[in-house]
Amino acid sequence: MTARTAEQRWLAWHSIDTGRLLLVGATAVLMLVALARTAATGVSDPYVAIAFGLFVAFGALLRLMLPGGREATPIAMSAALAYAMVLRIAAPGRALAASPPLQVVAVAAVGMLLGTLPHVAAGRRPGVSAMCARLLAVAFVALVFRPIAADPAVTGHWVLACAVMAGLAAIGWLIETVITAVIRADDLRARYSVMLADEMRVQWRLGLAVGVCAIITVFGAEVMGIAELIVFAGPLLVIQLAFRRYGGIRATYLQTVRALARVTEVGGYVEPGHSGRVARLAIAVGRELGMSEPDLLDLEYAALMHDIGQISLIEPIPGGATAPLDASDARRIADFGAEVIRRTGVLDTAAELVRCQWMSARGGPQQPPLGSRVIRVVNAFDDLLAGSADRDRVAAALDRLRLDPGAQYDPGVVAALATVVGRRPVSRL
Amino acid sequence: MRRLSWTTWVYLAAIVATAAAAAAIVARPPSASSGSWWAIYAVLALLFLICDSTPIPLASRHSAWSPSSAATLAAVVLLGSVGAAMVGAAAVVTARRRVPLPERLFNGAIFAMAGYAAGLAYRAAGGHAHPPMPGFHAVLTASAVRIPSSAVFAPLIKPFAVAAVVHVLVNHVLLWGMLRADRRPGRAGHPGPGTSVALLLASDLGFAALGLVIAALWAVIGPFAAAIVLVPLFVARWAMAQFAEQQRAHAATLATLCQAVETKDFYTRGHSERVSRGAGMIAAEIGMRPDRAEAVRFAGMLHDVGKLGVPTKVLQKDGPLTEEEFAAIQLHPMRGLEIVRDIGFLAEALTGIMHHHERMDGRGYPMGFAGDEIPEFARVIAVADAFDSMTSTRSYREARSIGEAVTELRNGAGSQFDPRMVDAFISALGRDGWQVQEPARPSGHEILTSHDHDDPTAPLRVAESL
Repeated sequence: MTARTAEQRWLAWHSIDTGRLLLVGATAVLMLVALARTAATGVSDPYVAIAFGLFVAFGALLRLMLPGGREATPIAMSAALAYAMVLRIAAPGRALAASPPLQVVAVAAVGMLLGTLPHVAAGRRPGVSAMCARLLAVAFVALVFRPIAADPAVTGHWVLACAVMAGLAAIGWLIETVITAVIRADDLRARYSVMLADEMRVQWRLGLAVGVCAIITVFGAEVMGIAELIVFAGPLLVIQLAFRRYGGIRATYLQTVRALARVTEVGGYVEPGHSGRVARLAIAVGRELGMSEPDLLDLEYAALMHDIGQISLIEPIPGGATAPLDASDARRIADFGAEVIRRTGVLDTAAELVRCQWMSARGGPQQPPLGSRVIRVVNAFDDLLAGSADRDRVAAALDRLRLDPGAQYDPGVVAALATVVGRRPVSRL
Repeated sequence: MRRLSWTTWVYLAAIVATAAAAAAIVARPPSASSGSWWAIYAVLALLFLICDSTPIPLASRHSAWSPSSAATLAAVVLLGSVGAAMVGAAAVVTARRRVPLPERLFNGAIFAMAGYAAGLAYRAAGGHAHPPMPGFHAVLTASAVRIPSSAVFAPLIKPFAVAAVVHVLVNHVLLWGMLRADRRPGRAGHPGPGTSVALLLASDLGFAALGLVIAALWAVIGPFAAAIVLVPLFVARWAMAQFAEQQRAHAATLATLCQAVETKDFYTRGHSERVSRGAGMIAAEIGMRPDRAEAVRFAGMLHDVGKLGVPTKVLQKDGPLTEEEFAAIQLHPMRGLEIVRDIGFLAEALTGIMHHHERMDGRGYPMGFAGDEIPEFARVIAVADAFDSMTSTRSYREARSIGEAVTELRNGAGSQFDPRMVDAFISALGRDGWQVQEPARPSGHEILTSHDHDDPTAPLRVAESL
């Protein structure tokens, strides 16, 4: 068994490396070709290139964090897509023509790299794979749209041009989303289909705004020229700010729940670190079972607060474990905890998961929700380990859960737990 | 509609009357009253109404925000000042529900005045006059035709920026006047939690720029310009609404969990909430920045969360405490810090939680800081904390009256409390009042404690001297 686990781990690392390597390699080759070509033929309309390049760099500098640890650079993306799709740019004297597609790729790449440099200098992650996904999307749009744009039949009327742009921007967004989902699925060891759905759910609104803003920029540049970029920066910044604040408050909310879930630890009701460990392991198990991101968030809240009902006890239970409690006490504590959580008025799903956590997985009058079953198994597992990460102890705990004389644990959840802890040591989850 | 004070009515009537008089004087039927003028007006008024009818609720209950200024400012460029005023006046027929007629008239009046002022500023700053420049109208009527070579728009950026600033300023000043007029004793006039005026102004200006974008796009894609900008507007609206919702959820969760901690002690129910409110009153009184005021409210909410680490039998113990038990109580600010340390936004609030039992004379705990060594947040919370403890019922005594508690605060100013915070609290108390704890009786199932570590009038008794 040990040998197989090691092999699995090796395979896992191997596949991560291959996927990432392929993506970064392909993007690097494309970038080098674009740069070489642009250097060979000379930059056409350098002022336009510099203006768009600076705008892309500005947007990459202002990258924002979306829920789930995703990063997005909406301003950089709209600028790059607009540069890829621009038709004519009004200028004093003459209308400027569009730049060749490889120049678009080169400008976008340089802009993204420039904007990312300060982040790297400040010691933050560069987000290389996300940048590659974005650049590939831009390259696709530029390489497909440029030949089409040369045909006056398509771009002669704005309705047709607009439709073609919208379609290409949508496909570009899809490319970026699929690549990001594949990379994330590798990182988080989740199912591709679930990751893709999660990714689309989180990103579609911003993607829509980015695409439409790019189209607005294209048409606006026809009338206002390159100065339009400055004017349009205003609304783009407001949109960006709105998303930044949203991402920020989401993160704060999670931090608050994480912190306050620890009142039970400080009060001596449960072992230090218990709620955090249960939450981390529950998310890994839930992901293994193919739960979607909103469900995982509810699961995380519920797992963090699953013991909050214990503060209704006057004195902590010696040892702090819920496992040896008799069923009626466990039920009373779970009900009290759920009642506390429900009073927030916003965490009803998490409250329900906490309420149902004492129920038997099999043969009970009511099948508890999947999240409750996960919490039950993971909680028991953490109690059985009692703080040890010893391999034998883990195996013994898993055997005990599989044996399950009281039909309390969901065998599917136990199997998922075994896969998760087999993949990485418990201490490193 | 909530009751309005007579000053508000006067102000409202004055604004509406001014707008009506101005309309009577300046409004001539648009000289270029061609079909296209009215067509553009109809589209922009519709855009305005769509924006105005779907405002973004902000964190405070009575305020909302909408990006409708983009439509008015587009009208400044496309239709001139009269057109902009008419677009703004469309606010009278907003589809927002439960807006009474006087408020509709008022909104229409201020938007019309802001639009007209923006139009005047636009022309004064060198924007083109209306009827529009030669050739411009032809473009507008035949929307599929492009402007051949248009450096037309680049020179418009500066006048447009002036118009946008004037629009935002006029709008906010007139609204601010309304808030001032509505301000009565017992009702704090400052904006609610998380609403930063600077941020609102910046958002307004940012979306105002969209007005010029609409005007420019109109030359290429006609009325579709108004439709296409709605997409990013609605996406931004979604994110802002999510932010407001998450912020409310966050506050509700924080309050609920603090209450849950309080269930351990019947007599301190609602204490966190009231201390939070008291700390907010002091913060507003001493003119703290909105984000710091919010942090101090959260710190007030969380200040006793570490009390859960104090064994119940110590809290229940009748009679003098042993040194060990006293130490357990003294440790609770540290325990609280341990819990909330990882909440990122609370950086400064942490000092408030950690040091809320320090005294100005240095005889407090846990560090024994004195005077200015004590962080500002802690000095704020200490006053609100002691006041609420004194005005609440305890098992060993009845609640004191507000007057008695104020006297106690005055007595403690300088030795226990920061006199500045005491003064600020007392004057805020005179204005906003204080909701004392309901004099409820325990039903017998709760935990009853026999002393309160927050109560300055009944210091904890320790068996052996320290």
